[in-house]
Amino acid sequence: MQPSKSERGVRIPLLRKPGAIPGMWALEFYRSNVGKKAVMAISGIPLLLYVFVHMLGNLKLYQGAEEINAYAEWLRFIAYPGLPEGGAVWALRVVLIVSFALHIHAAVSLTIANRKARPQGYQSKREYAVASYAARTMRWSGVIVGVFVVYHILHFTTGHAHQDFIEHDVYHNMVTAFSSYPVSAVYIVANLLLGLHIYHGAWSLFQSLGWNNRRFNPWRRSFATAFAAIIVIGNISFPIAVLTGIVD
Amino acid sequence: MALNLTLRVWRQARPEATGRFETYEATDISEDSSFLEMLDVVNERLSDDGEEPIAFDHDCREGICGSCGVVINGRPHGPLERTTTCQLHMRHFTSGDTITIEPWRASAFPVLRDLVVDRSTLDGIVQAGGYVTAPTGAARDANSILVPKSASDTAMDAAECIGCGACVAACPNGAAQLFTAAKVSHLNLLPQGQPERWSRVSDMVDRMEDYFGSCTNYTECEAACPKGISVDFIAMMNKDYLKARFKDRRRQGQSG
Ligand code: FES
Repeated sequence: MQPSKSERGVRIPLLRKPGAIPGMWALEFYRSNVGKKAVMAISGIPLLLYVFVHMLGNLKLYQGAEEINAYAEWLRFIAYPGLPEGGAVWALRVVLIVSFALHIHAAVSLTIANRKARPQGYQSKREYAVASYAARTMRWSGVIVGVFVVYHILHFTTGHAHQDFIEHDVYHNMVTAFSSYPVSAVYIVANLLLGLHIYHGAWSLFQSLGWNNRRFNPWRRSFATAFAAIIVIGNISFPIAVLTGIVD
Repeated sequence: MALNLTLRVWRQARPEATGRFETYEATDISEDSSFLEMLDVVNERLSDDGEEPIAFDHDCREGICGSCGVVINGRPHGPLERTTTCQLHMRHFTSGDTITIEPWRASAFPVLRDLVVDRSTLDGIVQAGGYVTAPTGAARDANSILVPKSASDTAMDAAECIGCGACVAACPNGAAQLFTAAKVSHLNLLPQGQPERWSRVSDMVDRMEDYFGSCTNYTECEAACPKGISVDFIAMMNKDYLKARFKDRRRQGQSG
């Protein structure tokens, strides 16, 4: 048992319940904050890969209605008839849902623990010396992007939030949606925040997993910046292309 | 040139007491005095006036013991890089400045009195694994254990940590990652530290997490560290911790 009183007799709050969970290796690992951060990093990797591929796929918008709709069709029939229609897509969705769930659970529990660890801040104005804006706003950018993802699914996958939804006509759905300024604005803002989240996250994951080597350390920052920039530029180009009439 | 300053200082009589800021005029302070010497002067005047002097920790006053440390205008150890409070000189301030002085803030560092906090939770982390069990005996011959130059250099970088706790104070999460990583790495990098390498990192991280927050890679700790300890050590510790968890699992399986 850890002492909850210091040698000087002052009470020091324990931030977690003492005691191991014998035999439950995975739970024991996840009980630790370092473990949770590793889970956060690992669950972030499929999400990063996914947004990248998602953005690349959407570039087919520029090739016209036929190309992008054919691509959507192809996605539904990967490995058909070995897999049922939409089988591969659903397998991917399961991976993404699990990653999302772990990512969010770890973030929430770490945030709660961290608030407890520093109940009182400083009175002086300047609290941060070097932490980037992206790092300091991870929780906000994460929550907003999470809410946006729900909207995005209702919008383009199920069509519930879409005024003029035609199932499987991806081109039509994108063009009609982005013709609206407010809808485009939501997408642009959400993607800028996603970029901010990636800018810190894609660097931070190297630290959390201990992938550190003086030879490639400077590349970690460049990688995260480039990754964030590519995602943001690619994704916000779609509403802008529709609004400016490049795609119609 | 002498400086005239206004100090806003955190005063708190006991751990359970509610503290408050008090304002003091520090007039005629020599530019050549250190920050702690400035506080000495203020304290002498307070004593002369029959008031309680401001309590603060200090010992070596040459930047090597890690006793001193207060938050000066929102930055642990003040505005200068790689400088402890005792090595910070008043010439870095300008006459007329208002300086806010606060204790380290973290739930693991309860305030004992004024600017003095209880940092024994850091000692607890070292007790959990910051040692080697190999019998050391008398001093060895210099090269009887061969240490690669790069390993000894990096271990020395980690060993520079003076345990002042500025990393915790700077961390918005109240995390002690940089301190713990330095203490873990300086032994885990050396041959003498290998027998306990995996249990050391598990035990020290476990003890740390009982009291401290977790790392979100702000790197504020590195910026505040008076010894410039790099966050690279945090990555090293994370890697060893993750490996240790897998190794422990194997060992648990063997012992039933
Ligand atoms: S008094 Fe020893 S480091 Fe400042």
